[in-house]
This record gives sequence, structure tokens and C-alpha cells, in this order.
Amino acid sequence: MKNINEFLAPPAQSCKREGPHDRIVLSSRVRLARNLRGFPFPGWAKKADRVKALEMIRPAVETSPQLASAFSESMDNLSALDKQILVERHLISREHQAKGVGSGLVLNKEETLCVMINEEDHLRMQALRPGLQLRSAWLAIDQLDTALEKRLDYAFLNDLGYLTACPTNIGTGIRVSAMLHLPALVLSEQINQIIQAVNKLGLAVRGLYGEGTEALGNVFQVSNQMTLGEAETDIVERLNKVLTQLIEHEENARGSLLEKKPKMVFNHIGRAYGILANAHSISSKETMNLLSLMRLGIDLGMFPGVERSLVDELFILTQPAHLQRKLSEKLSAEERDLLRADMLRERLRNVSRPITPPRGEGPRPDKASAS
Amino acid sequence: MLCDICKQNVATVHLTQMVEGKTKKVDLCEACSKEKGVDDPTGFSLADLLLGLGAAQEMAQAAAGTDLKCPACGFTQADFKKTGRLGCADCYTTFAEGLEGLLKSMHKGTKHIGKIPQQLQQHKDCAEKLDRLQKQLEKAISDEDFEQAAVLRDEIKHAREGLDSPAAGQTP
Repeated sequence: MKNINEFLAPPAQSCKREGPHDRIVLSSRVRLARNLRGFPFPGWAKKADRVKALEMIRPAVETSPQLASAFSESMDNLSALDKQILVERHLISREHQAKGVGSGLVLNKEETLCVMINEEDHLRMQALRPGLQLRSAWLAIDQLDTALEKRLDYAFLNDLGYLTACPTNIGTGIRVSAMLHLPALVLSEQINQIIQAVNKLGLAVRGLYGEGTEALGNVFQVSNQMTLGEAETDIVERLNKVLTQLIEHEENARGSLLEKKPKMVFNHIGRAYGILANAHSISSKETMNLLSLMRLGIDLGMFPGVERSLVDELFILTQPAHLQRKLSEKLSAEERDLLRADMLRERLRNVSRPITPPRGEGPRPDKASAS
Repeated sequence: MLCDICKQNVATVHLTQMVEGKTKKVDLCEACSKEKGVDDPTGFSLADLLLGLGAAQEMAQAAAGTDLKCPACGFTQADFKKTGRLGCADCYTTFAEGLEGLLKSMHKGTKHIGKIPQQLQQHKDCAEKLDRLQKQLEKAISDEDFEQAAVLRDEIKHAREGLDSPAAGQTP
């Protein structure tokens, strides 16, 4: 078995993956929670029961046609750094990062299917897609689930559906979500209003790393909350509709900011570039917030010839575990800040300072249709 | 009125929100509202907070009463109160009564709609077919259409075999 660092695509490559509306929607995800009949849920199970469940689930997952040549490892065989890297790539949850003996991970080569074994539930399987592609993600995970149910005896009741450790996930066990980059809604101070409106539709808005995390880099995660009493496809469609509206709101906010407060926008983006390209010490948080502004600048045509994927790549490469990974010695936070700044200066050396777009040239609306 | 979170200080922040047509109300003290980010302009944890607390009274109810214990895994209502998670699939049957209100408060409905494991689906289809055939048979008999009744009786026999075969509801 290859080690996880060799298995994962380098960020330079993974950030080139494109999808509809990826100017605003960074990624789409659909995950299903499933449990085995006759085994206590992982959080309540004794170690022996968790190991037994893992030994049953892992071969079933590994031999499913969708995961034939996947990476498969038990969590105790991954180093703390490997797990942190997987979190920074959004492939596993922070909860799964904390797991060891009795938990496992199966991930396909394309990084589009990922199964966490013995996280909060026996199975947490997710399909990932770049851009807005919720339907395609649902179809992929539905297929994997159908393949697995032939080999695993799921805990299911006609009335309550798939049974999960937490009653919030019962029924379909589905969580449909997308990560959105919404800098203009933040800059124009409309974001709180938008979040409240989305909340009222029974959808959750969270930060970059899911539950209980900050919206660093103006990245927000929108997902369904309720799982019982609504069919999977209806949830997918509802999310799709709301996300399409959010994309429109963000595009409109970009347009009206450029029209009403162009100097404010150019000032933010120019300063962001200035600091990123010239700093000698910079924290991860500041980096993410400034890269977000630079990404907006690219979208607005202020960095001709610079690909959006460069910013997305730096977003990943400047995270703590990714900075640490090429080095044998453990760095302190201060040392990482120096290293991060060095890398940013180097990577932005050939990026010219932002140009001010000619008046009247608003943001180019994304013409690609929703999945 | 005491704060819903710490249950110690006087609640000074009162939030009411309609979520999917259900009114959710939360009363917090100054300190807890700050901690939960309610006063924070980036207070996007509001949905989590409301979902968590709107369910709080239900949660208390689900965890109160007689100290039930799941016969399958030994999980108790006190454990549920502590963790907010259940011990095993059978807990849903053991604690069904207490959970009903909780599920109602946090979900759109109380009955599952959506995907069903294929084997159960087949089993369900089979049972429904049997039910339909039985009714047709009764009608044929009362209509004295014995030729049709004979056909139906054979079909029912066939359908029953399908339902009782070891494949139904079992992992092959």
C-alpha cells in the first residue's frame, strides 16, 4: 500500500479540476451515514466491537466496484500529520482525524469518493465534486451505497429509515453541502442577512471546516439540516435552488460593489496582493483572508494571465500541515509563519501587481449551467 | 427567566426565529450569547444554536423519566442526556416514546421518505402484491367467479413462496 502522501494528487493538480460555477462554488459534497445492525454505534462501542465492525466493513468497501483500486488504511496507521493533511484537503472530518484503532479510511484515486469507517457512524461515505454538481455527487454516492447494501446488513426501520448515532441524521442519513466563496457578500455586509435567510429555509451555514468553525477566507459551507421526512432527491433539488440563488446574489454584489465602491474593492485587493507578495511573516488565517481577496481580483480580471487555480493551490499549500510535511523537524507556529511568507513571495514573484479594470467592465457572469 | 444554556444567569437576549414554519425560541444570558456568537456580526452559528436549543426541552424530556436501559447495548437515558447520541440501532426502539417529540422538533416529518435498502424494498413490494391479490380473491369468491379465484389462488401461493424464501430480508 502506497503512503497517503504519494497517493494524494499534488494540490497543483487537484486545484485544476473544474466544475460548473467554480468561480463561486468551490466544491459539492453528498454524504450518507449508515450503520450495521447488531453492532453498537462507534461512540458507544468497546474497542473490540469497533475492530470487529471495521473488519466487516473494510473488505466490503474495498471490493466495491467503485473503490477497486482505492487507498485503504486503518486510522492508527496514519500519522498525526497525514490526518491533518487529509483534513486540510477536506477529505476527512475533524472528528475522524481524532480516531485511531478500530477506524478506517478508503479513498479513491480521483478523490471523488471517500469512506470514513467508524467515525460517528459505522459508515460515513461521501462523494465530492468540483463546482456545483450536487446531482452527480448524489448519483455517485447512491450507487456506492447500493453496492454496499448487498454485502452489509444496514440498520433500517421502515418508519425511521436509516438509523444513525445522532438523531439529527436519522432517515435518509444524507448531508448535501457545497463550499462557497462569497467575498462580495462579506465586503458589502450583506452576508448576515443572507445567512439568516438561508437558515430560515432549514439549511445550515457554517465555516470552512464544518460544524463550529470560522468562515476563514470568506468560504462558507451550506448544507441541509433535516434528514427525516424528505426524500434525498428533494433535498438535493432544494439545495441546488438555494445555491443557484446564492451564486446570483454574490455576482450581483460584485457588480454593485464595482459600480458603487470601486476604490474600496481595488484597495482591498491591492493591499492583499501587496502583503502576500512581500510579507516575511504571515499567519495561516491572514493568508486565507488575503488569498480570498486575490481570488476575487482574479475573477474581476485584475490579474490578467493568472489562473484561479494558483490561489486555490496556495490556499492548501499554506495550511499548517502542508507546510510542515516536507520537513522532518516539527516547526513552531512562528517558524511556519516565516516559511509561509517565503513560499508566498516565491510563488507570487512572477505575478504582476493588479491592474484596475477599465470602467464599466463588471464581473463576467458564470454562464455554465447548474448540474 | 434563566438562560437556556447555563441555566444560572438571567436571560437578557431573546431570539425567536421561524424555521420551516416552526417557531424556535431561545433565551440567553449576556455571557452565553457572546460565547455562542449571537452578538457577533458573523453569527452564522444561529441555525445550529436554534436547532440545538429548540430541541433542548425535547431533549430533556427524551432523557427524563424512568431510567430506561437498552437491552441490546446497555445504553441508558442518562447516557443520552450526556452525549446527545444513542448507543445502537435498538436504542431507537427502546427509547421510542421519548424520542418522538425530539425527532418531530428537529426534522421535517416523522416518517422516512426516500431510499430503502433494495432487499427490503422487494420484500415490501412482495407483501403489497400479496395484499392486493388477497383482496381480489375475496372479491372473486363473493362474485362467484371461481375460474378467476383459482387463478388468483395460484398467484397467491407463488407470491407467498417469494416472501418466505430465505433471500427476503436476509443477506445472501
